[in-house]
Amino acid sequence: MKNLQLPLTKETIKSLRAGDSVSLSGTILTARDCAHKRIFGYLKDGKPLPFDLKDAVIYYAGPCPAKPDMASGSCGPTTSARMDSFAPALLDLGLGAIIGKGEMCGEVREALKRNVCVYFAAIGGAGALYGNAIKKSECIAFEDLLSEAVYKLEVENFPAVVAFDCFGGSIY
Amino acid sequence: MRKINTEVIEKKIYEMALHAGVNLTPACKTAMNNALKTEKNGAAAFALETLLKNAETAVNKQMPVCQDTGMAVVLLEIGQEVFLEGKPLAKAVNDGVKKAYADGYFRKSVCDPITRVNTGDNTPAVIHTEIVEGDKISITFMPKGFGSENMSRLFMLKPAQGVDGIIGAIVETVKLAGSRPCPPVYVGVGIGGTFDTCAFLAKKALTRDIGTSNPRGDIAEIERVALEKINALDIGCQGFHGSATALGVACEWAPTHIAGLPVAVDIQCHCVRCEKAVL
Repeated sequence: MKNLQLPLTKETIKSLRAGDSVSLSGTILTARDCAHKRIFGYLKDGKPLPFDLKDAVIYYAGPCPAKPDMASGSCGPTTSARMDSFAPALLDLGLGAIIGKGEMCGEVREALKRNVCVYFAAIGGAGALYGNAIKKSECIAFEDLLSEAVYKLEVENFPAVVAFDCFGGSIY
Repeated sequence: MRKINTEVIEKKIYEMALHAGVNLTPACKTAMNNALKTEKNGAAAFALETLLKNAETAVNKQMPVCQDTGMAVVLLEIGQEVFLEGKPLAKAVNDGVKKAYADGYFRKSVCDPITRVNTGDNTPAVIHTEIVEGDKISITFMPKGFGSENMSRLFMLKPAQGVDGIIGAIVETVKLAGSRPCPPVYVGVGIGGTFDTCAFLAKKALTRDIGTSNPRGDIAEIERVALEKINALDIGCQGFHGSATALGVACEWAPTHIAGLPVAVDIQCHCVRCEKAVL
């Protein structure tokens, strides 16, 4: 198990291979279907995004509401393939890494190679464990989308597996 | 005749929904433990261990086992000697769901199909009612996540395709789904009926405990053969390869038309949550 601090440097990304188990700590941003649609609306209209994509880590997830004594509710990954059409453009704009679950398309793999980025698979269904790895959560954009809004999460020891590395390698 | 106030149903739905969001079925936990014992692939075994640990964490912290607390699927078998009094049945069910999803800190995942605006309270529930003999009400509550639901398919096979066609449809559906529906999956299959009843049978099959077989021998054989073929696909837990692609295949059947052979395949992820009660 490799302990990684986010954001990742390009050197760190180059040291990762598909199949490696990792434990992530640092800042990640949630975004899923509706948030991506809205981000692309901003890009189309030439409007600045409400958050910085440079070296950011996007987690395909929509959390449960947090209980009063917790930073987040359950928050496991959602199926990444639904974001296949969005991911390459965001990677070209500077996104550093993606976290989700399940295989993504060849265009995403190419974009990861081209930009020296990585796709991590979180364990789908482990919502309670991931909820407990979140130490801070703040909604930073599209609040009206409820669980589909963009949340800035501080995570500690967030377990994942390298699904696609920056050399075209895949666990699937 | 037996009178039952729908408020009693509402309260029961509330309790069942709260419990279902947090707890896997005992049969699911057993199947996951068994899958771990035989899994030889390292990454898949790591994922299975993580998921079993997650199930424990959910219970200890009383939080949803998966953040996709699903659409609320409710099956009601109502005895024809029951007289329902009080608020309308559907309202009672939806009020129970609404309160449970709020009090349980569950995600509200129901939205308009066109505008995508969230209804905000996880209603409406999907309610199936059947009138049966007797004076009792059997309730099944199953939160259905959509990572897996999205991978479901329906086939209108030709009668000549027979059993091989049915098994082929089941295996092909799981193969196409690959890593996306959170394998190991539980596969619900409807065989026969019409387009709509076939899909309902597939859903109903998923309410059966993992590890049970259809009482009809030839149907049970389809379940057995399909499971064997699925677990030879090498998809494995989370798509990390290995032997645990499915925990079970459950088939339900109904008579169909001489011209057709409908087959519906409903995919359930490894988070099998299903509560049953009788009033």
